[in-house]
Amino acid sequence: MSFKRSSIIENLRKTQMLDLLSKQKRLDGRALNEYRPITIRLNPIQKANGSAEVSIGDTKVIAGVKVETGEPFPDTPQQGLLIVNAEFLPLSSAMIEPGPPDEDSIEVSRVVDRGIRESQMLNLKELVIEPGKLVYCVFVDIDILNIDGNLFDAAFIAAVLSIATAKYDKKIVNEGKEEITKTPLPLRLIPVSVTSITIGDNILLDPTEEEDSVHDSRMTITFDEEGHLCAGQKGGSVGLSVEQLFKIVDLSKPKAEEIRALIKKVISNAYP
Amino acid sequence: MIKLIDENGLRLDGRRFDELRPVKIEVGVIKNANGSAYIEHGKNKIVAAVYGPREVHPKHLLIPDRAIVRCRYHMSPFSTEERKPPQPTRREIEISLVLRRAMECVLFLEEYPRSIIDVYVEVLQSDGGSRCASITAISAALADSGISMKDLIVGCASGKADGQIILDLSDIEDKEGEGDMPVAYMPNLDKITLLQFDGIFSEEEFKKALDLAIMGNKKIYEVLRKALMEKYFKTEEK
Repeated sequence: MSFKRSSIIENLRKTQMLDLLSKQKRLDGRALNEYRPITIRLNPIQKANGSAEVSIGDTKVIAGVKVETGEPFPDTPQQGLLIVNAEFLPLSSAMIEPGPPDEDSIEVSRVVDRGIRESQMLNLKELVIEPGKLVYCVFVDIDILNIDGNLFDAAFIAAVLSIATAKYDKKIVNEGKEEITKTPLPLRLIPVSVTSITIGDNILLDPTEEEDSVHDSRMTITFDEEGHLCAGQKGGSVGLSVEQLFKIVDLSKPKAEEIRALIKKVISNAYP
Repeated sequence: MIKLIDENGLRLDGRRFDELRPVKIEVGVIKNANGSAYIEHGKNKIVAAVYGPREVHPKHLLIPDRAIVRCRYHMSPFSTEERKPPQPTRREIEISLVLRRAMECVLFLEEYPRSIIDVYVEVLQSDGGSRCASITAISAALADSGISMKDLIVGCASGKADGQIILDLSDIEDKEGEGDMPVAYMPNLDKITLLQFDGIFSEEEFKKALDLAIMGNKKIYEVLRKALMEKYFKTEEK
């Protein structure tokens, strides 16, 4: 998110950052392709079907999954519903004011939604109770608690973890009797998104808010477990060359594997 | 499953994998606007209009050393198969955002400090690739308004259907296919200004789809150039 700042100060910051970048350095001393520490708290919310709090550096988000029943969309009668919604809480930054979701929070919602949907993380076909009439609806709500850049990846990891660890009340009719069992959601794989920005010719992974506010362009790419690209979104107000884009893909792909290994470790530690 | 490509390699509408739908552009269709354009790209019928650079309201949006851009992409209720309620959806708000960013890439905003450029896009009839057609129309309207630009922008999507990489997806190919990748491109600067994708692409397919989209964009650029020449060449003759 780049908030409206005085563009004069913005330009000064950019010059300073470019100076450092010419020596391949960042303001916080990280390597260009290095993420800040990722910390994860699983299931902090007992009333949700699944939840996760994720911090990347000072960025902090919490996601909660609620599974309810409802009507399917008319064009997909044989599929359960997946609804992702992100909200920038007014307590997350001095720049955020209460109000209906603005374009930035809508973008986070939609980028996370596409990454999860298009990677086919969930087998939505298994969430049907009565085709065309009644299905399970997976609501993934993401609250942004503190903003310090790279909300896309923090929100994505939180969403993926809360879905992967969620258990819902599945109704099964057995010999005329209705039974309810706590069932995990029909998971197929763990997708991972990697966000980078370009400043001049440099590509920086996991930008902080300060870096993000002076980016030329931004790119978020979601990978499935086979290394396929499943979703992507360019941001920023400067054009990107094809070579730069391919370089971003090359840098992002191994990072996605690292993050996926971390996510899987967290899940298997909690549910051995 | 619907078969999108037949055994002869032809798509449902008879195109080959690398063929565009017909594109028609007309410049200067809204008299009140500072610049405007109408595009037909396949079944898409889209009108774009530019107002400004003009005074900023509300004032707190103002930036002292450059212009700000505001964009509204909107679909008319009758533009889709089923009526679309007129209030903006999350999809429309996101597209407005990516279109705005795409045009910020091409404008010399520092030439218009303390002002605002309003760009309105109305989709009268929608088909696959409406955001791409919109950016082409916007770029024509911006050029028509005379605002300083670094290049023109054109938009065209590529994607994947029946396992093949194809150019310029139609509505049904977008819905039933395996992937969609809208790309907006500045042909003279050779830079991408808008890129989104969803679906499942291997790295090789991703590169192929991007190349194909850029090739399609270069063809649309010729149509756009011609449309602009037509209007301004005629004016000179008078």
